[in-house]
Formats: sequence, C-alpha cells, structure tokens
Amino acid sequence: MSVASMPLGVVARRQRSYYRFILPALVVVGAVIIFPWLFTLWMSAFDWKIGSDAHFVGLDNYTGLVHNQRFLEAVVRTFYFTALAVIAPLILGTIAALVFHRQFPFRGILRGIFIMPMMATPVAVALVWTMMFHPQQGVLNYLLSLVGLPPSLWVYSPQWVIPSLVMVEIWHWTPLVMLIVLGGLAALPTEPYESAKLDGASEWQLFRFITLPLVAPFLLVAAVIRTIDALKAFDTIYVITSGGPGTASETINLYLYLQAFAFYNIGNASAVVVIFFVIVMALALLLLYVRKRTQWT
Amino acid sequence: MDVITAPPSPPRRRRRFRLRRWLRKTAFACSVAVIVSPAILVFLWMLSLSLKNEIDNIAYPPVFIPSPPTFANFVAVFEQNSIGRYFWNSIVVSGGATLIALLVGVPAGYGIARTGAHRLTVLILIARMTPALSYLIPLFAVFQFLHLNNTLTALVVTHLVITVPIIVYIMAGHFETQPRELEEAAQIDGASAWTAFRYVAFPLARPGIVVGFILAFIFSWNNFIFGAVLAGRETRTLPVAVYNVLTFEQLAWGPLAAAAIIVTLPVLLLTIVIQKEILTGMTAGGVKGG
Repeated sequence: MSVASMPLGVVARRQRSYYRFILPALVVVGAVIIFPWLFTLWMSAFDWKIGSDAHFVGLDNYTGLVHNQRFLEAVVRTFYFTALAVIAPLILGTIAALVFHRQFPFRGILRGIFIMPMMATPVAVALVWTMMFHPQQGVLNYLLSLVGLPPSLWVYSPQWVIPSLVMVEIWHWTPLVMLIVLGGLAALPTEPYESAKLDGASEWQLFRFITLPLVAPFLLVAAVIRTIDALKAFDTIYVITSGGPGTASETINLYLYLQAFAFYNIGNASAVVVIFFVIVMALALLLLYVRKRTQWT
Repeated sequence: MDVITAPPSPPRRRRRFRLRRWLRKTAFACSVAVIVSPAILVFLWMLSLSLKNEIDNIAYPPVFIPSPPTFANFVAVFEQNSIGRYFWNSIVVSGGATLIALLVGVPAGYGIARTGAHRLTVLILIARMTPALSYLIPLFAVFQFLHLNNTLTALVVTHLVITVPIIVYIMAGHFETQPRELEEAAQIDGASAWTAFRYVAFPLARPGIVVGFILAFIFSWNNFIFGAVLAGRETRTLPVAVYNVLTFEQLAWGPLAAAAIIVTLPVLLLTIVIQKEILTGMTAGGVKGG
C-alpha cells in the first residue's frame, strides 16, 4: 500500500510525526549554526572588544571597512588568489579526468593515490610544503636547479607568495575537480562520438565539440565548490605564511582571524564576516545563474 | 622522403602502425605518471624526511633515500611532546562530535527523506558557504561567558558545526534511495513511526551510516582552526598540537615530518575504506577548511 492510497488523515498524521525526527537536529543546528549567524549580524553593529563594554555604533564598522586600506587590499588579494586557485585546478582536473576515464592497468590504485591529497590533513601537508619551499635547504629549489632554472624565494618573496600558495592549493584540490568531472564523463552517451568519428572528426574536435559541452554542467558545479573553498582558504595560508611576508598573503580570512583573535575586535570582525559572507554568496549565486543560463540555450 | 618513394610495402606499413601505437601508449603512460607524481612525491618526501637524521634532512643537495632509515624522529615525537595525549584529544573531540551528530542526524535525515522537507538541505548549503571563522567568533564569546574556553566540551560542541550538516545530508540522500515498502508494511501492522524507523529503516541504513560516520570523522579530524582558537595547552587536538608545539618549540624537520605523518595517516587509511563514496561527501560538504 503506497502513500497515495492511504486515507488523507493518516498521511497528515505521519507527516507530522516525521517532524519529530528532525527536531533534535534542528535544535543543534539552531544552537551552533543559526545562532552564530544572528549573533554575528547583531554584533557587527557594535563597537566591542572582549573584556570591555559594547556600544551600539550602527553601520560605523562597515563604513570603517570601506575606507580601510588594509582590508581593501585583502579583498583584492583574495580575488587574485581565488581566480588562480579556481582556474588552474579546473583545467588540470579536467585533463586528469580525461586520463582516468580510459582503461589502463593499475587504474584503481593510481586513482586512489591521486585523490589522497584531497583527504590529507591540511596542516600536516602545509608543514611539509613549508619545508619544501625553504629557499636554502628546500627540495623545490633543488628540483629547479636540476632543470637549470634559478632558485626562487617561493613564499618568502612578496611577489611570488600567492602563486606559491596557489600551487599548494592546486596540489590539494585538483583531485576534487577530477572526481566531479570523471562523474560527468561516466554519464556521457556514446552515440555522438560514433557518428562524429564516422564523419572524420579529430580527437581534439571530439573533445571540443562533444565532450566539453556535455561535461560543462559538471565543470560549473566544480567551479562553484572550488570558488567557495578558495575564498575561504585558511589552514594552508595560516600555517605556511600567516599572511606574510608583511601582508603579502593576507586574504580576507587571515585579516578576519587577526581582527577577531589577535586584537579581539569582535564588532569589526563581525562586520568583516558579514561582508565576506555576502561576497561568497554573490559569487556562488553568479555561477549558479550562469549554469541556469547555459542550460536554457 | 616518403612522399617521393613508392607507397610503403604492407609489412613496412604494419611496422609503422605498430610503432605509432607503441608511441601512443608510452605517451599515455607518461601522462599518467606526470599526473600522479605530485601526489606520490610529496607523500614520499614526507616519509623520507621523517626517516632521516637531522644532518641528512638539511643537506644540500637533498638526500632522498634515508640510509639507514631511522625511527628516532617518531620516538622523539612521542617522548618529548605529549603527542599521545593530543592524539587522544583528537579522538575524543572528533569521535564525540561525530557520535552526537549521528544521534541527531540519522533520524533527521530519515525525517527529511520521508517528508520531502528539502528546504532544510538548503540550510546545509548555506552553512557550507559560511567561513568557519564566523561560527567561531560567537561561540568563542559564549564559551568565554560560560567559562568553557580551553575545555574539550567546547571543542566537541564547535565540531558539531562540521559533523551535523554532513551527516544529515548523507543520511537524507541515503534514506531517499532506501525503499519504504518495508516500513509501510510495519506501520500497517500497527508499528509507530518511531518503531518503523528503529527496527526497519535504521538497520537497513547501516552502510550509509558507516560512510557518514567516516566522512564526518575525517572532516572533524582535519579541522585546525576551531582547536587553534578554542583549545588550551592541555586540550589541543592533534593538528593544532603539531602546528604549535613542534614549530615553535623545536625547528627540527625530522620530528615535524614524523608528526605530520602521525596526524594524517589515520585519515588516509580511512580514505581507502570509503574511496568510492568520497565524492558525495566532498561535494555535499560539511563545513571544512577555513
């Protein structure tokens, strides 16, 4: 007997009884997730340092941030980091997915190894990268010297610190893009390929005109997830550079951490959180909107 | 030259075809090697650093293969730092937060799947978009007020931010694919919704629960920022301890690499257990990272 054939009263009673299953989780989510959201929004209107009294300042925290050079630089830096840390893994992950889509010996084991970086503890990995980046004893400069390139200062140079950190990010998260795109490739129909091959299409044309459009929705999903995670990147940056040298790798999240837990400037930090959340939300919605548009056409 | 000479004889053409196929295969093998090598090399380098003495670790050019390998770094990590205690802290925090999340999250996933209350999963998506630090500021203030800062209780509560959404999401997806005929049969026989869940749906969902448990545990285990802010000297979780204790109190590379392996090895082992289900978890997303 299915739900449809039951008397209406029974269905309604059952629906109600199921809400009781959800209630405990709602209480927990309310306490640790929704309460912090509201608290942050409320606190962003106060001038409050832990240990002193809070006074209401309205939107002053926000207007202060708009004129805060250091914060604005952090925003620009975050966008720069995010752009690199989204695009590079998307390209590399797609290539890796095309490779892993084929059959070859030891494919399962190699794929398992390939996705290991994604699950590894970020702090542990960041410490190993810190040692590899070391300008004198680091293994990366040795590898550069093997191929005849001059040594780099890596994360010790204000100019190269962001690209170097992006390198870690690429290493960490390309596997995630690969897995998402691989899922897309597995769902592809075979017919278009057969007819295109009969028409004499090249491998590149097959990829460009059949594979790419068909996996585009998956790439967009990967782009959304990657954008959210790259904007929020914290662990590796904090462990490897703590925002340095100077403020050369201080992203919004690092600035936020300093405001909140080094200066205990809770009001100001809460305003940063609200702006940060709006940025993450806006970019995610933008990408989802692009996805909708591409589905229509 | 081939253009001028007569078309190649059949055996030659076959040989050239074979050569081309061999070239293609080699090129493909090379691309596989290039793609997998960064992952392998970083982990191998980590292992190499942890098994060498300090002189070899800072030698230039670098020594790649430890000869002879030494476990002194691992011994040092356990003897000089109370890494055993931090390991235990991590197990308590991640284990506790994951168990509480299962307790509330498995019924919630069931309820969402059976009522079709999918709007609740949107909440989970928004939770994923919120930077972890933004949960930390209010919770830090509350714990300060309750004098709970520096306790494991505070850490367990905060880690619920990570574990509850992921478990609810995974369980909702799991119960959705689980046929409901058996539960309905039980209810027609007079079982309450709770009994039907407890004795019919719940036992059937065991595989989903295992996946949810492992993923939530991994995300919680890997978390750094909550512990970095909320933990005291004695209540640090493993990632925080490795960052604080080792980097500031000693700058030796060998013990650092050994500690890094101790932190991440349990996660990598769990990863192997649920290799196939990882994608669902990663895209559904708990609140992870920063």
